Amino acid sequence: MIAALANPRAFIRFSQWAAPLLGAVAAVLGAIGLWLDFTAPPDYQQGYTIHVMFIHVPAAWMSTFVYACLGGASFIGLVFRHALADAAARAAAPLGAAFTLLALVTGSLWGRPMWGTWWVWDARLTSVLVLFLLYLGYMALDAAIDDEAKAARACSILALVGLINLPIVHYSVVWWNTLHQGPSVFRAGGPAMPPIYLAPLLTMVLAYTAAFGALWLVRIRSEVWRRRAGALALRAAD
Amino acid sequence: MLDFNAGKYAVFVWPAYALTVIVITALVVDTLARARRWRRAVEQAERTAALEASPDRK
Amino acid sequence: MLLGRELALSWGRGGGPLLALAFYAATATLLPLATGPEPARLAALAPGSAWLALALASLLSLERLFERDFEDGALDLLALGPAPLELAALAKCLAHWITAGAPLALAAPIVAIALGASPTLAPMIALTALIGGISFSFCGGVGAALSLGSRRGGVLIAVIVLPLFAPPVIFGAGAIDAYGAGLDWKTGLMLLSAFSLACLGLGPFAMAAACRNALS
Repeated sequence: MIAALANPRAFIRFSQWAAPLLGAVAAVLGAIGLWLDFTAPPDYQQGYTIHVMFIHVPAAWMSTFVYACLGGASFIGLVFRHALADAAARAAAPLGAAFTLLALVTGSLWGRPMWGTWWVWDARLTSVLVLFLLYLGYMALDAAIDDEAKAARACSILALVGLINLPIVHYSVVWWNTLHQGPSVFRAGGPAMPPIYLAPLLTMVLAYTAAFGALWLVRIRSEVWRRRAGALALRAAD
Repeated sequence: MLDFNAGKYAVFVWPAYALTVIVITALVVDTLARARRWRRAVEQAERTAALEASPDRK
Repeated sequence: MLLGRELALSWGRGGGPLLALAFYAATATLLPLATGPEPARLAALAPGSAWLALALASLLSLERLFERDFEDGALDLLALGPAPLELAALAKCLAHWITAGAPLALAAPIVAIALGASPTLAPMIALTALIGGISFSFCGGVGAALSLGSRRGGVLIAVIVLPLFAPPVIFGAGAIDAYGAGLDWKTGLMLLSAFSLACLGLGPFAMAAACRNALS
């Protein structure tokens, strides 16, 4: 099936039913998630702010998941020189950046009433901020190089370098924090969550993932069409 | 049944939801607009190519 | 022989390290204006800011690391020549470190003390700046190679490279603060050295790949 996907026309046909399906799944799950979200009682400690968790954690999950997808697509594009993989990587970047931004802002809005501060330099927050900067750098590089094939390859190299750097940043800040015994590291979620919160959380995570799937497929399709339009225009100009 | 009573946390919770809705909507709109634009471009280009290919010039 | 050429070029261009040093001094001067002259606060921030300004100053000369060779065709020759392109990249970054990174590293303690850091920190600041400078030169080199042939090179390199600078900044600043507080500073230094060595070892491969991409 993967081999069939590699053909642009096959991909377009696949995305034409898969994307709306995923979109519908995302919408349904989102609705269920939100209903479960607002029927859950306020938390004993966190009060009503617990509701921010249900849009923060999915966004944070997506920010790293999308980067993994971007990295994977970049790797395939670089090693196998596959144009569709390149297109997939570049299509994912703005989506990942958007989710990361949401994660950062909702996290800050959640943190303010919780910790009394808008920001803490702990491992997770710092590495998410670095991730956001990596997305921006990736998109900047893509925009700055005119030749498409070159832009794709340069971006792939950058994506892979960033992929290595991310766990390093995460663990280096852990070291930094343990050295300074900094402010308490916020632990989000974790398996010790009561089911009344776990249900909406997981539903929302799945909803976000399905939404990303749908959006990503459509963006890749746009990219395929864009190239095709360009190729046809070139031929017509001869 | 649905609890929307945010109390003193309203100023944190609602902006978070609002931003999420805005960003996700913007992503959806942009993605679909982009798709429509390039599909039209391909159809346009194919029509032009078909016209040029047809032997009506000779 | 490659290294010799790179050194000569690197030193010659733009009056050696003077520009970078001047930039460093300028940013360091701006710092008290930005944070307020309160000595206690300034002193606390001093080693860290000296570090940061150093990273920025190294960025300055990075743009021209590959660009001139790219433009006048020398990079093509290097790519086709007997020595692997990776080695050429290694030589360029080493030259950059020697001509810009090292002088900046020596200036760093002076800047930090001027900002109010305790003089006892001086050797540690110099050492971390020297080792960290390697990662700045090599990570910066990766950014410079990736930006070849694109518009707005300088700012683009900074945007690409700053997330990559995060670990050395964290390790270096951590080591300096630990040293000052009498805590274990060796771990930080070792982590910094490990990262710098990794940049030195792996960077040239990414740089060569990026250069070949730009030349193709």
